[in-house]
Amino acid sequence: MSDLWNGLCQAFWMVVTLDADLVEITLRSLRVTLSALLIASLIALPLAAFLSVRRFRFRRATIAVMNALMGLPPVVVGLLVYIVLSRSGPFGVFGLLFTPTAMIIAQVIIIVPLIASIAHQSLRELWSDYHDLLISMNATQSQRVRAILWDGRRALLTAALAGFGRAIGEVGAIMVVGGNIDHVTRVLTTAIALETGKGDFALALSLGFVLIAMAIAVNIAIHWLTRTEQEGRW
Amino acid sequence: MKRFLMGVVATAVLTTSTLADEMKMAVTTSFHNSGLSDILLPEIKNDLGIDVHLLIVGTGQALRLGAAGDVDAILVHSRKAEEKFLANGSGTHRREIMYNDFVFIGPKDDSASIAVATAATDALNKIADTSALFVSRGDDSGTHKKELSLWSAAGLDPETFGDWYRAVGAGMGAALNTASGMNAYIMADRASWLNFQNKGDLALLYSGDPVLFNQYAYIPVNPEKHAHVKADLALKLENWLVSDKAKDLINTYKINGETLFVFNAEQ
Repeated sequence: MSDLWNGLCQAFWMVVTLDADLVEITLRSLRVTLSALLIASLIALPLAAFLSVRRFRFRRATIAVMNALMGLPPVVVGLLVYIVLSRSGPFGVFGLLFTPTAMIIAQVIIIVPLIASIAHQSLRELWSDYHDLLISMNATQSQRVRAILWDGRRALLTAALAGFGRAIGEVGAIMVVGGNIDHVTRVLTTAIALETGKGDFALALSLGFVLIAMAIAVNIAIHWLTRTEQEGRW
Repeated sequence: MKRFLMGVVATAVLTTSTLADEMKMAVTTSFHNSGLSDILLPEIKNDLGIDVHLLIVGTGQALRLGAAGDVDAILVHSRKAEEKFLANGSGTHRREIMYNDFVFIGPKDDSASIAVATAATDALNKIADTSALFVSRGDDSGTHKKELSLWSAAGLDPETFGDWYRAVGAGMGAALNTASGMNAYIMADRASWLNFQNKGDLALLYSGDPVLFNQYAYIPVNPEKHAHVKADLALKLENWLVSDKAKDLINTYKINGETLFVFNAEQ
């Protein structure tokens, strides 16, 4: 129990005094995960809309695979990205291994299936409501996609936030491809793993509290920016 | 949607990286956990202007990273594996830098009474005889390999052990946490043990047998195999590591008044 209390106190002090290392790794966590979220959303949301609107032969199989990939173990993704980006791998010449870019790539792979699956679920229901209307208006494929993406934006936000949640707390993949290098690829989660390894539970816990606080702050900020959860709006 | 995207972009603050010389070195968890790297790295930066990026992994993974050309040099402690690494042409040469030693940690009440053991192998025999809980790294690291070689020197085979032998497949710190939680015996390097903060009921019970000495060696990755490795920086770093200044820093590094490393590079 004393570890818990010490962790809380230490977290409080580090935040109040704006501990330089803490600020650095927190900003890096945000930068990596938000970049990954942006890229993953740009891939996953149109994909989800396309899967809801368009009927093609392998649609069911595609959706099943996408749903299954939600459970992809991060460490496996990390290993695959490592092998591909390694100097001995196919994309080794770019020298991307052990950089934040490699961490972003790994996180994109992890959260695209998650965002696409959740988004697809809600867009599918929306499409069943809009189907007759959009067909009768003779809307083109891209107009249909845009219409349901726009009208389903609240649900898509939930999908994106779920992706953010998975990416920000992820450690297995970014540990392998980022290497947890001090001042280069160390982020909150890998720092927590490192401090736990050293047996410094109080510091590890305080970093954990900072991580949770930051995740809450990002969620609130996005709700505020998009003006959801306000009076008179759904 | 536009607002949302702008919000995301605005929050994705880019931090700039410095343009000093950079090289990557894979080191073992035990070296980093000792805290010595925090002393050496700033001095290296001062003297050579090289930013050494440490990848803290087990010896097995360090050797793999070196063989794949993903790091410029490695600093590890498992002689047989190092010689194999050199035989494959993955490294240019092996330079011994310093050594520390392994110690046996266990519960304070010492049910297997290894504190009075006459040798490291004797201590292991006592643990096996009493079937006291023993945590093994089990991760193919230098420490794990050393432990296995000691078991075989004691005439025992971990494959045949019962429930009391727990191979956790984790780094030194995580394995120590496990041992602390289970009140089990464990073999650790002295540096990791002294820096470890979750000791619980564990204590250092046996040390001092010369077979427990743990030689660290520095191996630059072979530029003939991987043209992109920074061989010049690796050479500069090697010359610094065997210098009198490094010797002084290594020999005087202490935790709780105990010396951890002994510099023994040929200068």
